[in-house]
Amino acid sequence: MNGYHFYWSTVWQSFPLMLAGAWVTIQITFLAFIIGTVIAMPMAVARQKGEGWAYRVSTSWVELARNTPAVFQLFVFYFGLGAFHINIPSYAAVLISVSFNNAGYMTEIFRGGLSAIPRQQMSAARSLGMTSPQSFMHVIFPQMFKVIFLAYITQGIWGMLNSSLGMLVGLQDLTGATQYAQSVSFRTFEFFIVAAGMYYLIAKGLQFSALIAFRLMYRS
Amino acid sequence: MIEIRSVRKTFGPLEVLKGISLDVNKGELLCLIGASGSGKSTLLQCINGLEPIQGGEIIVDGVSVHDPKTNINTLRRKLGIVFQQYNAFPHLTALENVALAPRVVAKRSRSDARALAQKHLDHVGLGAKAGSLPSKLSGGQQQRLAIARALAMEPTYMLFDEVTSALDPELVGEVLETMRLLKAEGMTMVVVTHDISFARESADRVAFLHQGEVCEIGTAAEVIDRPQQPQTQKFLRRERQASLDMLERTVA
Repeated sequence: MNGYHFYWSTVWQSFPLMLAGAWVTIQITFLAFIIGTVIAMPMAVARQKGEGWAYRVSTSWVELARNTPAVFQLFVFYFGLGAFHINIPSYAAVLISVSFNNAGYMTEIFRGGLSAIPRQQMSAARSLGMTSPQSFMHVIFPQMFKVIFLAYITQGIWGMLNSSLGMLVGLQDLTGATQYAQSVSFRTFEFFIVAAGMYYLIAKGLQFSALIAFRLMYRS
Repeated sequence: MIEIRSVRKTFGPLEVLKGISLDVNKGELLCLIGASGSGKSTLLQCINGLEPIQGGEIIVDGVSVHDPKTNINTLRRKLGIVFQQYNAFPHLTALENVALAPRVVAKRSRSDARALAQKHLDHVGLGAKAGSLPSKLSGGQQQRLAIARALAMEPTYMLFDEVTSALDPELVGEVLETMRLLKAEGMTMVVVTHDISFARESADRVAFLHQGEVCEIGTAAEVIDRPQQPQTQKFLRRERQASLDMLERTVA
């Protein structure tokens, strides 16, 4: 090796800045997870139905979200809308684009889960007088979540990693803050090692809390 | 009273019900018998609106089931149904299975619903299993659970769709026992069954369905012991043979 000298003290000086960025990352991850879930649930039901306008809308959404680069999706919401003089802050653009991406992937995850639940479960619920939404909420979704749980949480973490693209539109998330700090000090390697470590810890934290939630929900 | 008027039902080009008319009177137990594909299960699913119909009308206590203006969810509270495949909710304990609809549909409080559920579990002899998940119950217990779940909505009518067909022979008895109990309590029941001996001993009336039509209807003694139609006679001969074969297999 030609003698790279690690120099960590600069990183610790900028650590509060990175923590603030990490907080933005956590916010966006959490919100985009919730928004993606709320959109994906009805879309999965529509996809499962296989016909009608809701099916066509959700199919187009899924196709776009899953077959175009996430960075392209972000640019559409930030620069694309900007071209029409709809200027939204980078925070909103990242939140919207990550939610959009999450919703597309989660729709397919949910749809896979739905097709694993026997059709008669729905008949049984409806026969007791439950409405269709009540049946989904109390009978279908709880069973579905058990099946898709891992894939679902993985998508949430993937959403967090996608949010790092926010740097490209000037968002001061963990990546944005790190990028800024290293551009002042030029200790690129050190900064991104620490940032990667923080991403890893957040991801593991999410996984761990999700697992606890799962245990509580299913008593297993 | 359930009035079934010239009901037609098709699955694509296949006509399953060809203008069936039938009345179910309050307090009676009506058995629907017939070969597989005769339309008896489909008819049952039409009565509580799980299946749409293409012609005719089904009227439950004066309300037309398939009228778009009918609130089907309200009407279904009058019509309990039990399926061949139990369809217990696998993520809920026995008690929660029974308490769910009273809480969500009948808007009872959580504690009210649980007390009601416990009462109905006791009623079908599953009181001790309240905390068990369905996967820990035998087929017969799951089927009794399904009966308790339907009863908890306090329906006026109970529909039974081949509820013993998926059970091991030694578990059939406990489910039939529960059904006899309901009959003794005066419940109005429509029972689709292959169990001819149950029909003979318990039914007030028996309807024999053949290729989507009511071929013969009358008291159990009339239809089962002295069938008039050649199709009925042929069907009953075959069923007797089948149950003899079954007996031999069980003994052997």
